[in-house]
Amino acid sequence: MSQHLIQTDVKSTLSTAEIAAIDAEIAHLPYTSAAAIDALKIVQAARGWVSDECLIAIAKHLDMSVEQLEGIATFYNLIYRQPVGDKVILFCNSVSCWICDCDKVKERISDLLEIDYGETTTNNRYTLLPVPCLGACDRAPVMMVGDDLITHLDDEIIETLFGPNQQAQSD
Amino acid sequence: MPKIIVDGQTLEVSQGENVLQACLNAGLDLPYFCWHPAMGSIGSCRQCALVQYQNEHDTHGRLIMGCMTAVTDGARFSMDTSNAVEFRKAVIESLMLNHPHDCPVCAEGGECHLQDMTVMVKHRDRRYTGKKNTHRNQYLGPLIHHEMNRCITCYRCERFYQNYAGGTDLGAQASRDRLYFGRQTDGVLESEFSGNLVEVCPTGVFTDKPFLADYSRKWDLQSAPSICGGCGVGCNIAPGERYGRLKRVHNRYNHEVNGYFICDRGRFGNAYVNSQKRLNYPGLQMPDGRFKAIDHQAALSRAAHWMKNKRVVGIGSPRASIESNYVLQTWLGAKQFCAGFSEREGALTCGIVEILQATRAINPSIKQMESADAVLVLGEDLTNSAPRVALALRQAVRNKSIAMAEQIGIPEWQDAAVRNLAQDALSPLIIVSSAATRLDDIASHVHTLAPNDIANFGDVLIEHLRGNISEDVDIINIADCLMTAKSPLIISGVSLLERGILDSAAGLAETLYDHNPHTMLSLCAPEANSIGAAMLSHTDNLSLAQITERASDIDVLVVLENDLTRRLDPTSMQQLIASGTTIIALDILENETLNHATLALPAASFAESQGTLINMEGRAQRFFPAFKPAHERQPSWQWLLHLAALDGHGELSKIIHFDEIVHACAQQHSPLARLTEVAPDHSFRRHGQKIPRQTPRYSGRTAMSADLSVHEPQQPKDLETPLAFSMEGVNQNQPAALKSFVWSPGWNSNQAIQKFQAETQKPSVGVSSGIRLLISSGKGIPHTSTDRTAFAQSNGWQLIPIQCLHGSEELSAYTDEIAELAGDPFVALTESCALELQVAAGDGVILSSNNVNLSLAVKIVARMAKNCIGFSAGYTQTLSLSAGSHVQLQRDPNWRPFKPLVIASDRRPNAQLRHNRHG
Repeated sequence: MSQHLIQTDVKSTLSTAEIAAIDAEIAHLPYTSAAAIDALKIVQAARGWVSDECLIAIAKHLDMSVEQLEGIATFYNLIYRQPVGDKVILFCNSVSCWICDCDKVKERISDLLEIDYGETTTNNRYTLLPVPCLGACDRAPVMMVGDDLITHLDDEIIETLFGPNQQAQSD
Repeated sequence: MPKIIVDGQTLEVSQGENVLQACLNAGLDLPYFCWHPAMGSIGSCRQCALVQYQNEHDTHGRLIMGCMTAVTDGARFSMDTSNAVEFRKAVIESLMLNHPHDCPVCAEGGECHLQDMTVMVKHRDRRYTGKKNTHRNQYLGPLIHHEMNRCITCYRCERFYQNYAGGTDLGAQASRDRLYFGRQTDGVLESEFSGNLVEVCPTGVFTDKPFLADYSRKWDLQSAPSICGGCGVGCNIAPGERYGRLKRVHNRYNHEVNGYFICDRGRFGNAYVNSQKRLNYPGLQMPDGRFKAIDHQAALSRAAHWMKNKRVVGIGSPRASIESNYVLQTWLGAKQFCAGFSEREGALTCGIVEILQATRAINPSIKQMESADAVLVLGEDLTNSAPRVALALRQAVRNKSIAMAEQIGIPEWQDAAVRNLAQDALSPLIIVSSAATRLDDIASHVHTLAPNDIANFGDVLIEHLRGNISEDVDIINIADCLMTAKSPLIISGVSLLERGILDSAAGLAETLYDHNPHTMLSLCAPEANSIGAAMLSHTDNLSLAQITERASDIDVLVVLENDLTRRLDPTSMQQLIASGTTIIALDILENETLNHATLALPAASFAESQGTLINMEGRAQRFFPAFKPAHERQPSWQWLLHLAALDGHGELSKIIHFDEIVHACAQQHSPLARLTEVAPDHSFRRHGQKIPRQTPRYSGRTAMSADLSVHEPQQPKDLETPLAFSMEGVNQNQPAALKSFVWSPGWNSNQAIQKFQAETQKPSVGVSSGIRLLISSGKGIPHTSTDRTAFAQSNGWQLIPIQCLHGSEELSAYTDEIAELAGDPFVALTESCALELQVAAGDGVILSSNNVNLSLAVKIVARMAKNCIGFSAGYTQTLSLSAGSHVQLQRDPNWRPFKPLVIASDRRPNAQLRHNRHG
């Protein structure tokens, strides 16, 4: 760990904008390490995920050990420690959505995109992940695609989003 | 005292403790995992559930966690009600879902807390038929083996490693059933206390790697109460033996000294006992320089022949027992005896004894140090020079958080709550040192000064406290911290070989004492029996310099367990060898002094002999042999008694037994008068029987040597101690000094210790934590402010000795694992100094002066006093470097590492084949 820390140069790993954004968070907090979650989110927002190099650089910048930061990074499902597609599909399979037959919808997505939970499409556009709830049970079944919440899911919606036409269009 | 009712039984409990502690103290078997007596409660495992009732009319009750519930007077609980029983059983069942069925191949099996608890709740059938979680294990270095699948996620490892011992490179990752405890990537664990994970982990996730490579079950080990010889702290250990090999070392609870934890040098550094460099037979040096093995009779008669009517001089040793040193001194007389210190060590160690015999301040036990609420460390990197003390200071700085918690009514054992409340609030720890230390991360003030200036700094602080107000803001702040503390503690030692630092520490303690009688002063001695050797020394004794100067007047020199190359500069050593004096050297391992001896006598190690060691606080503690010495090895005191008898010494020729030496020594040296009370003598019996070293289920006793003889061998007799080399005997209610191993029905793991404590975290029943022999007269030390010249810039860099946990100590460095961790000898530089020399970490630099020319690896340290550089102290390659001398530095363009990296784990299997005929 210490060897990593010594060898990693924060400035050549993280961008100036990322460092500035992290420092802005630190300014609000009593301890630098309290900015850990925000720093991870900032880097993920810029790069899509948090690589080992970035993790080590953030740890160094926050004066924490890599183990301590890794503990936080891996605790949260939505901090990605592996590369993800351009958009992450967060598919709710919790109770309300399950009652509304979300399993069928999920099957449809998997068929169209040829991915299961935890997988990324070969064209690197989508990663499919399950989430326990998106707080929109009244409109179940629901999912998020990137930053968009999509409700009342059915085959038609899935077809429009992920169907061959849609895919061909954007390719 | 409050009373609580558990299943109708009324228990008297201590105010403020939790229900789990109360139940365990009452002898009830309430299962638990995450709670640890030294680390408190976090309520994560849910195992210690009981039902609590509102009042006597409440029959329903509600489930509570014993470890998270404080006792209140009159509270009613039930352990046995079916609710609680079923709940605890369900918790175990859920923990077992992912736990592998690998007990037979697990190194924890037979001393596993998880096994014990599973049996205790009577969980038997595995109903779960699904797949178990599996994890990738990590390489954690040569000491600790990692087997993550066995984890039951109690968080004890992280809590010990990070919260208790201050490590940062091992922690919890991920969540839910993916929870993982390890490092970010594979690599050697950085903490000096990583070995405690083996005992802290309630199951087999972290196990002792060298022990795993040469394994025996706990019940097959023969153990004895022992004392670690790794440094001056004197931690209590339990070495375990089988097939004549020291298999492993476990912590042995001593309330006043090490409590539940020891350092990695103590746990892993004792395998030198099995080293190939051990002497098996007396060796007589032949004219061609080779040694011829002879038997002990021949060796003794030859020695007697040489000594007849000749001048014989003895050199004792600060790492040998009081008894061995005493016999040598008594045999040859004080005027023909040298305590075995180097000139500088001798003066400093005697200085410590003088100070501790006079100071009015409290000379604290290691446990007492944990109560300090402001600590000043002068010139020591305690984590490397007295590791267990550093661990105690890591607890002492938490006193602020405990006080904060107390104010709002949170008990100390509510660990997560107390830490959450305090965040990074710590009691003041002031470190004044010449180089970076491993406690810098928790220090409130850090000052980097050359050794001489550390003493001056202390003197300025003393003057300030006496009213000569300094204008230095740091001095004012530090003085404030010390003056406002309830129990300030001053710690210093001899690592920098600077007498001024000791005097200034003593002066500070005296000055603070005038304001606060709770002031504590602790001084660290370098070796296991440094203080003992100093207490035995006499003003008539010779010094090593006197011996080397007049070596040609000495006919025979008897050297007791002392490698003189570590005490003398190379020129004096050469002088001594060239003098032609006949050297008779007794030692455990081959070393440079033995190589030049005419006769080398094989001494028994600490694990095969008994003796008394006096630790840094002046506490005398006895170690006992775990097994009989093999071959012609004998304890040094026995060799010396034989030699003295052959030399015609009247008094000593009447002595046969160890206890007689103890009595004679206690009689003749009044400060050691209580030596006889350190442990019961050989006649001690429990119900008329000896105390067993072997567990009741010790196996293979009659078969173990069947490859040599099918006749059932008689168990070796032990005439010297109350312990037996056998499983027969009574292992009940003996003094703690005679406890060979901890075991209690249903409690096979080391957690069984709570069955022998009146209260958890309190002294063991039938206490014997050693006897304090160093008692202060309390007359105080008059402080004379010496006018020390400030460090003058002379030509070159001043050499600062850097103590290393792995590598600086002589004997442990013979252990493969320790040698691997010690690495190359080094020069410690700051980043800016390295830039100046155009070197980086791992490069080499040449040190040169009039008498040295040495090339060493570069190590970068965070801070170093101006114009100073550090060197790895105690490494054989750096013995010629003298602390405080000046050298020139330049980059070594042709530098190559000293030795190829020893991979201990690779070497061990071969070593095992060679040694272990039963392998």
